[in-house]
Amino acid sequence: MELQMEQMNEIKRALQREQRQLMLRKFFRNKLAVIGSSIVLTLVLVAIFADVIAPQDPLDMVVRDRLTPPGSKYLFGADTFGRDVLSRVIHGARVSMLVGTCVGLSSMVFGMLIGLYACYYSFLDNVLMRICDGLSAIPSTLLAIALMAVLGSTATNVIVAMSIVYVPRMARVSRAAAMVVKEQTYIEAMRATGASDSRIIWRHIAPNILSPVIVQASYNFANSIITEAALSFLGVGIPVPQPSWGNILNEGKSVITTGWWLIVFPGAATALAVLGLNILGDGLRDMLDPHTN
Amino acid sequence: MRKYIIKRLLTLIPVLFVVSIAIFLLIHLTPGNPAAAMLGDLATPEAIARLSESLGFNDPLPVQYFRWLSGVFRGNLGTSLFIKGSMIQILRNHLVPTLQLTSYSILIATLIAVPLGILAAVKRGRMPDQVISMFSIVGISLPSFLLGLGLILLLSVKLGLLPSSGYHPISEVGWATHLRYMAMPSIALGSIEAALMIRMTRSSMLEILGSDYIRMAKAKGVPRFKIFMKHALRNALIGIVTVVGLAFMSLLAGATVTESIFNIPGIGKLTLNSVMRRDYQVIQAVVLMVSLTNVLITLIIDLIYGLIDPRVRLGQ
Repeated sequence: MELQMEQMNEIKRALQREQRQLMLRKFFRNKLAVIGSSIVLTLVLVAIFADVIAPQDPLDMVVRDRLTPPGSKYLFGADTFGRDVLSRVIHGARVSMLVGTCVGLSSMVFGMLIGLYACYYSFLDNVLMRICDGLSAIPSTLLAIALMAVLGSTATNVIVAMSIVYVPRMARVSRAAAMVVKEQTYIEAMRATGASDSRIIWRHIAPNILSPVIVQASYNFANSIITEAALSFLGVGIPVPQPSWGNILNEGKSVITTGWWLIVFPGAATALAVLGLNILGDGLRDMLDPHTN
Repeated sequence: MRKYIIKRLLTLIPVLFVVSIAIFLLIHLTPGNPAAAMLGDLATPEAIARLSESLGFNDPLPVQYFRWLSGVFRGNLGTSLFIKGSMIQILRNHLVPTLQLTSYSILIATLIAVPLGILAAVKRGRMPDQVISMFSIVGISLPSFLLGLGLILLLSVKLGLLPSSGYHPISEVGWATHLRYMAMPSIALGSIEAALMIRMTRSSMLEILGSDYIRMAKAKGVPRFKIFMKHALRNALIGIVTVVGLAFMSLLAGATVTESIFNIPGIGKLTLNSVMRRDYQVIQAVVLMVSLTNVLITLIIDLIYGLIDPRVRLGQ
């Protein structure tokens, strides 16, 4: 008996190993996913090692160097306070990646939680989904701006406001995917064997809805970078003088005729990050969605 | 169809209820007394108490909610601390520039997206499709405010072709000057929306081109051009109209940042000024108006769908 169990476990492990190898092969064959993840990985590394990579302190002001154009002293030029734009862009990546990761993860966790329970318990379904519908009816940018107005401009509030904006979308995606899984025979079999509701939800439904959830999380990540940059650009996001791409752009707007570098470099960084995440999202969708294969 | 309309209208009730609760609670999310937040750090305790009393912040929340809601039903959306006139009047004054910007952007987006989306679908997998798809994904990744700033740098600062910002009503300066000022913000907003519309138009067209009746027409020997114009395009238009409707919604809300860059006194600029001045009742009124428009457009799109496609209204 024990030997049989051991053999079964061995087969299970081999199957899992094969599945992992298959996914990896699929990933490396998908050009979009590889390009997108390379861009995102580079930006994550830049964000993590910002203190080491940045040539100067992003808050150091050298007033006599204010608005120095890009050159040997300042590769990306200096801003209106004589701060190094390259260092500020590098540290700005840290803010964007932090906001994006936190919003992506929190929307994934709370969205899945709402979607899974709404799908499994019909009495919760109506209440939770109507709340999500109501919140989705308020345009995301406007809701984020209004929330920042009442909560106050801090990095934590930016994350809270954007999570409130993106959780309903994730809840919808999770619920839709969970509805399909819930109807499968193996879920019925689990119920027949007396498995508890939470075991069925978290061990058997949740892992099977991860594909659309991960794809949606990557889009939420990208959208939260755009929204954070927009909020900071409007002066209601990350408080100054903390470097964020939106803050640098906001400063650049007032000196657009004399300091083009304050627009071009943080702008290119924002576009590159969002492009990378969108390409990665498309790649993951093509890779994980059986309909597109 | 009547049954479908009633059913659809009934589903609106809980959505509108949640929207109203969320918008009402916005003011009460402020840490501490909302009146103190509205008056700022220099306000005296007497002034805070007076404002709290006049806005009814001392009453229990449910009482405040029903008073606010009954006011909304009677057209009383509150009063601004900084702008004179009724809230409806304030919103109406700011709505004109936003609607103009949105309309021009929709026009630009449609003119770019529909032909390109159709071309990409017809030439699926070939060079034009790949180039258009690339343009689309780059466009989606580019925030509209970034494109706006880029356009100012290029067309205004470097080439001096267009004015960098400002708004002039048609009644004061005529169409030509008005359009000169609105050209850049409309291109910035419209091009980004076009990127999204291209994707939707392409997939809508691909769905039609892959359907059985198109295959049947081909098998019957109907000329390609006729199949395309008479059978494919006409049916794809239904999807395209929906895309345009959805684009209108996202542009109306997304104009905030563009209006701020180009100094257009629209709804977005009003929101932002109100945020800076902590004029919370104006923020509430704007969010309510835009959300109701959102819900209304979604309802219209759904009803049109129900009218066109019997499967939708029969719930299949």
